[in-house]
Amino acid sequence: MKHVVVVGGGVAGLETASILVSMGYQVTLVEKEDVPGGHVKRWHALFPDVRPAAEVLAAILEKSEKGIRMQYNTEITSIQHRSNRYALVASNGWQVEADAVVLATGFELFDARKKEEYGYGIYDNVITSADLEDMFIAGKGIHTLQDKAPQRVGFVHCVGSRDEKAGNLYCSKVCCITAVKQAIEVKQQLPQTEIFCFYMDLRMFGRHYEELYKEAQEKYAIQFIRGRLSEASEDKEHRVVLKVEDTLLNKPLKIAVDLLVLMSGMVASKQTQAFRDELGMTKDEDNFLKPVDGILHSNLSGVEGVFFSGTCSGPKNVADSLADARSAALAVDKYLK
Amino acid sequence: MATIRQFGYQVSKDRQIDYDNNSRNLIRKVLEKEPSLNNCISCGTCAATCSAALYTDFSLRRLILLVRRGETESLKKETAKCMLCGKCQLVCPRGVSTRHLILQIRYQLQESGQKTEF
Ligand code: SF4
Ligand code: SF4
Ligand code: SF4
Repeated sequence: MKHVVVVGGGVAGLETASILVSMGYQVTLVEKEDVPGGHVKRWHALFPDVRPAAEVLAAILEKSEKGIRMQYNTEITSIQHRSNRYALVASNGWQVEADAVVLATGFELFDARKKEEYGYGIYDNVITSADLEDMFIAGKGIHTLQDKAPQRVGFVHCVGSRDEKAGNLYCSKVCCITAVKQAIEVKQQLPQTEIFCFYMDLRMFGRHYEELYKEAQEKYAIQFIRGRLSEASEDKEHRVVLKVEDTLLNKPLKIAVDLLVLMSGMVASKQTQAFRDELGMTKDEDNFLKPVDGILHSNLSGVEGVFFSGTCSGPKNVADSLADARSAALAVDKYLK
Repeated sequence: MATIRQFGYQVSKDRQIDYDNNSRNLIRKVLEKEPSLNNCISCGTCAATCSAALYTDFSLRRLILLVRRGETESLKKETAKCMLCGKCQLVCPRGVSTRHLILQIRYQLQESGQKTEF
């Protein structure tokens, strides 16, 4: 029986692995943490239908319980080609051999500290979109560091994306709709709170995204201001004071918010980049993995027997990651047959 | 014969941007010297950080659009408001070489000698 190793136990890795099992392959899934689920397990609800992330994850995990060999707490550090097979070695000394390798090594969130002028890690009440999901999951309400319910919340789009100064020219795709979703969730919990989204372009590319945007305006009175944050400062009351240009009014605008949420973008994970270099795969400008052909062969790495699944080859939402993961399984099957 | 003007009426100046008749000369010359102008996405970060924009109605984002559309009438007055401090360059997400761009616009306007000729 042919053996496939899937590196990374996020939703993409899990989906590819469970499909390969159903196709009759022996599959080992290697995950660096002690639980599966990757980024999705840190999410409270998914856009656009604000559906519990835990429910989606549970459905994916249920399939994966059947027949995948799960190897947790193991971080693969080296993948080497040895006459038609691959030898994988982990930092804890664990080793395995495979006939094919699927990279499902995903993404990391952009480290918002790098945008120093936005004050993450400096001011009390600047958090990231991921921190806000943590707050939703904790279930103790939306609050400032001073434990007050915010009267005004600001969302800053494109943090670490579409920004030459941050070294990332690309759009992370999911953060516009995430901001809209999170703004609605905050408003549902705090109906009196004023909410502002600061954006350059609103990219509602997915099905039902535009509708959610309209709902945010119509039902929740979220305000959208077209201007990119230039800098933030902190006042005596620990509020965050923002400087943007209201570009549609052609005037600089100053506004204090009690909580500022930075929509951190997606960057290629360090592990992804390390494998790319070790296996001699082409480096794409954005550091994500570059498929042989982005339209026709999005799962082929260009290295025989090595395949991509999910966000290691670029920003994707959960649905697109899963679709990509399924097509990765087909590509592996075609190769091993 | 009394004209309409004598009765206090005025002919309003057309507000529309006459793109077909506006001259492309300035934008062509400026782009030659500073091609990064084309990268601007009108995000307004420059204008938000600009010290001049706080006290005058100056906006580099708007200035760039005026140049692009060939709306050159107010440019000389506009560019004079910039203090060339370069703060905008530090924040621009598209790497527009803002200071050099403003200098080029000023220079080209000066070269032409007449602010409305372009
Ligand atoms: S999805 Fe929206 S917030 Fe995210 S990088 Fe793209 S434009 Fe910016
Ligand atoms: S260089 Fe000019 S436009 Fe730029 S921030 Fe300084 S004054 Fe404003
Ligand atoms: S900051 Fe750069 S991209 Fe944004 S409006 Fe100014 S020049 Fe254009």
